Amino acid sequence: MRDLTNEILELIRRTSSSLPPDVEKRLREAVEKEEPGSAARGALETILKNVDLSRQQSTPICQDTGTPIFYVHYPVGWSTRQLKEQIRSAMAEATKRSYMRPNAVDAIYDKNTGNNLGGDDFPYIHFEEVEGDELTIELMLKGGGCENVGRQYSLPDSGLGAGRDLAGVRKAVLDAVHKAQGQGCAPGILGVAIGGDRGSSYIKSKEVLFSEIGARNPDPKLAELEERLTKEANEMGIGPMGFGGKTTVLDTKIVGLSRLPASYFVSVSYMCWAYRRRKMTVKGEEVIYD
Amino acid sequence: MKQITTPISDDVIHDLKVGDAVELTGMMVTGRDAVHKWMMETFIKKTRAPQGDDLQVYEELKKILNGSVIYHCGPVVSGLDTKEYKFVAAGPTTSIREEPYQADVMKHFNLKGVIGKGGMGAKTLKGCQETPAVYFHAIGGAASYIAQTVVKVHGVYKMEFGVPEAIWVIEVKDFPVVVTMDSHGGSQHAVVEEASKKVLDDLLVR
Repeated sequence: MRDLTNEILELIRRTSSSLPPDVEKRLREAVEKEEPGSAARGALETILKNVDLSRQQSTPICQDTGTPIFYVHYPVGWSTRQLKEQIRSAMAEATKRSYMRPNAVDAIYDKNTGNNLGGDDFPYIHFEEVEGDELTIELMLKGGGCENVGRQYSLPDSGLGAGRDLAGVRKAVLDAVHKAQGQGCAPGILGVAIGGDRGSSYIKSKEVLFSEIGARNPDPKLAELEERLTKEANEMGIGPMGFGGKTTVLDTKIVGLSRLPASYFVSVSYMCWAYRRRKMTVKGEEVIYD
Repeated sequence: MKQITTPISDDVIHDLKVGDAVELTGMMVTGRDAVHKWMMETFIKKTRAPQGDDLQVYEELKKILNGSVIYHCGPVVSGLDTKEYKFVAAGPTTSIREEPYQADVMKHFNLKGVIGKGGMGAKTLKGCQETPAVYFHAIGGAASYIAQTVVKVHGVYKMEFGVPEAIWVIEVKDFPVVVTMDSHGGSQHAVVEEASKKVLDDLLVR
């Protein structure tokens, strides 16, 4: 089997240092909406200077290079065991080259492993076999600040007056945005999963963040809720970094899952503005980076 | 834009108001979760006996921190093998996790401020009034940009906490921040929290 370690290292470098174009475009649009001379506008201007600089220097956009989350879609014939080894070697090398901060800390003994390799689950890797002959590896880096402001609701929630329907989901998500204030590095992107169990719901709320900004759920009801939530979140005026301002959320993405009759979970994953996700595709000998 | 150099006097702190844009220059140290817990337990509450080089580091820190600031930051640092350290990426981390410790740490070391992101709570705001000190908000995620303002890494203590959690002694030049909590009880975070809560309450009944 082909050794992709160097190609995966390049994927990590790109993900950590080069913000995807769809995110950068939204940030550039957001600057224009803030008052000249305001702290909110100043924050966005600094963010954009940083985006340019990180790309030029191949240095991390954010020093918190986050939890590395890999999604690997492989055609029949690839060994997931070997791919996992290659991903882990690439991650250790990326850490040595300062593309990544050593981020894996043993929760019991407080020891940082120094190379971003924790137990079996750090980095997190999801494998799925697909038809065809293309292998794709997607990587998302999700920082701890925004991860900490994620929330899960079990509906009904009497405090919010949120029942087990989309109106209740809306209330839960708006509450999560308010509670996050600027602490998840606003302006953020919301990944929302409705249903599932506590575990699958949170996982899907992150997975949905791999899609493009502006891509709407094919279900018109959910597409409408996505747009409404982005608009109403921005009405709260929390603004970039929580300084107060017009842009708090850049986009909202919702996924609907199956649930048990007894459970109705709403999971909100908050992604910071440093929305780092990249993809590589292996087609025969060729490796293409998005 | 105000230019301020560490060590900072109480008069300079009293002049600062919420919303002031500031460029900071001079010596400071990084410190986050492990450092604040260690300072609190070992030197302030004294619930843990000093171990290893704790007392020696404490004496050094007292000198550097008097009139200076702690930066809530877990940097990416190159040159770890050769000890020719350079900050590669160094944006702020979320400050609220230090809320249980910050006011006591400020007073104990006579800090004139902390730099972080996301703001802090009522206990720290009171600490800002009493010490006096301010909360400087840096731009979260602007890591490469802020790393450029770190002109020299003078050294590191407590490397056993790991690279992100160690105490890095740094010299910065024109580090851009905004005062979001001042020594007069003003907090931009409390203002935004309250205003956004009103909008939320309206949205919830819609």
